[in-house]
Amino acid sequence: MKKTLIALTALMTIASGASAQKLKGSDTLLPLIQQESENYSKKNSSANVTVTGGGSGVGISSLIDGTTDIAMASREIKFDEKLKLQEAGKPVVEEIIAYDALAVVINPSNKVTNLTREQLEGIFTGKITNWKEVGGEDLKIVAYSRETSSDTYEFFKESVLQNKNYMASILSMPATGAIIQSVSQTKGAIGYVGLAYLNESVKAVHVSYDGSNFVAPNFENAKNKTYPIVRPLYLYYTQPNASVAKPFIDYILSNEGQATVKELGYIPVK
Amino acid sequence: MFSGFITSFTIILIVIFLFREGAGLFTAPNIEEGYVLALNNNNPVNKIDPEKIMDIFDAEITNWSQVGGNDAEIEVFRFSDITKYATAEELGSNFENIPEVLSNIIAAHPNIIAYFPEHYVVVDFKGRIMANGRITPASFFGGTKWYPTAQPSPQFGFLPLFFGTLWVSIAAILLTLPFGIAVAIYLAELADSRIRRILKPIIELLAGIPSVVYGFFGLVVIVPLIQKVFGLPVGETALAGAIILAIMALPTIITVAEDAIRTTPRAMKESSLALGATHWQTIRKVILPYSVSGIMAAVVLGIGRAIGETMAVLMVTGNAAVMPKSLVEPIRTIPATIAAELGEAPTGGAHYQALFMLGCILFLLTLIISISVEFIARQKHKQSI
Repeated sequence: MKKTLIALTALMTIASGASAQKLKGSDTLLPLIQQESENYSKKNSSANVTVTGGGSGVGISSLIDGTTDIAMASREIKFDEKLKLQEAGKPVVEEIIAYDALAVVINPSNKVTNLTREQLEGIFTGKITNWKEVGGEDLKIVAYSRETSSDTYEFFKESVLQNKNYMASILSMPATGAIIQSVSQTKGAIGYVGLAYLNESVKAVHVSYDGSNFVAPNFENAKNKTYPIVRPLYLYYTQPNASVAKPFIDYILSNEGQATVKELGYIPVK
Repeated sequence: MFSGFITSFTIILIVIFLFREGAGLFTAPNIEEGYVLALNNNNPVNKIDPEKIMDIFDAEITNWSQVGGNDAEIEVFRFSDITKYATAEELGSNFENIPEVLSNIIAAHPNIIAYFPEHYVVVDFKGRIMANGRITPASFFGGTKWYPTAQPSPQFGFLPLFFGTLWVSIAAILLTLPFGIAVAIYLAELADSRIRRILKPIIELLAGIPSVVYGFFGLVVIVPLIQKVFGLPVGETALAGAIILAIMALPTIITVAEDAIRTTPRAMKESSLALGATHWQTIRKVILPYSVSGIMAAVVLGIGRAIGETMAVLMVTGNAAVMPKSLVEPIRTIPATIAAELGEAPTGGAHYQALFMLGCILFLLTLIISISVEFIARQKHKQSI
């Protein structure tokens, strides 16, 4: 009984394997890939794309286990993860499919418009606690961050804090929407969100990494790379599995796929 | 009987699983697994406290004399910095020269502290690998810093989370008890049946609202309200969590307490009234003492609900892992921590095990509360009859 069941499932996997693609990983990429897969399925009626979230780490470990065809990641694959795949005889292939900019947001009533990287580092590590230290009014700074499980948290820590830890008293929010909500209703608040989430209820700060050129976070500046807090979004697949993974990735990199990238507020690679 | 056996068996299995995973924490290394810290051979420092290691990598400690070494600036080296020290050609096309390059960098910089993967340590390594210890129970149970993803030395101090959980739960139960018991007495003794028929379903409806909806309501309504009323810089506070939990625990407390009050035998009530006691005196002196064990059960269920509640608290308390000092400050609770972090904690790693350990503590916490209140309730009941 059990054996027949296993055989049956195996048979079904093989039968559907020809056109099925499983993607797993970063929640940042989830809405984009879902939209892409929907459009892709419309074009190829035989295609069967399944997309699940869970985080970049989850996606890559599934790729190592072989339970997914493509891993979605909003960070670069770590060296030891790459090594694990290499040792398993499955060298990994990396494709950058889009870019995502992080905007630093404050309450609209706040007069501050420019912040340098050093000032941001001071604010998020707890060295700067009052807005008057960075040219604003006399108001306590309330810094919001994402949860430690978020890739956005890691990326911001790497890029802006230069790998230093956030202060202990930082407020961590479970979702980007919660950060927007809190920043919009707290006068001294500062937080960071993906460019696609920016709206009228918060004010985006102009950021400078060199201390002189302050750049606004918007689509053009992120695309021409003058805005500094930009991260690539990756898809990873393994070499032996290329024939399954490649068609869908090619579609995302096509003009049509990249149009969808732009439509959803991410920055296209081309 | 059979289903009872299965249920108990499942619970025991869950508890064993929980504790087995949790106990693994104390065999985990205090430096991230698979990585090492290396120093120059001439550096006299032998051992650095894990907490000090974090401070060094956060640039809080910048001089070797602060950790018992020479008076010299500390040079922090993370593995990703290797490209600043060596060119791509030096590393080799397949990165085959990394071990040698690393070894040379450490030999050339006397004040370096380098953090890199263990497998790059080769036999003729020209630096000194620091001996790393294990995560100790003292650092977990006595620690006040919760930095589970800090590299190279994660900090698992559970005290801020533990006190955060207690703080918000106790505040919630103190807020909800007077209301809950007052409503229960009103429904059981004073309300006429028509009002009762309307009120009871409404209160029970409260119990059916998903906790994430409560959380959202809290974030959008209660958090700005608290901020305005108390003139705070931030509204996401323990108080916001306590108020939401109080509302959530209310239906449980009311329903259970009302049932308990209703079980007072008619004979007792009527004899009290017959002796000339007023309705209020009867409630206070006869009905409440008689039903105290049931009311205690209501309190336990309420506390249990408050301690274990995850989603609503996650959304409104701000989740800052600091020791609570007042009700109007952000706090982080144990359930919120588990929910927020388990998804990305690598299976079997120290962070994963630390979260299971937190689960064990949560379990013990509710167990202790249940047992002690059961005990108190039994004592009181004997006295009153």
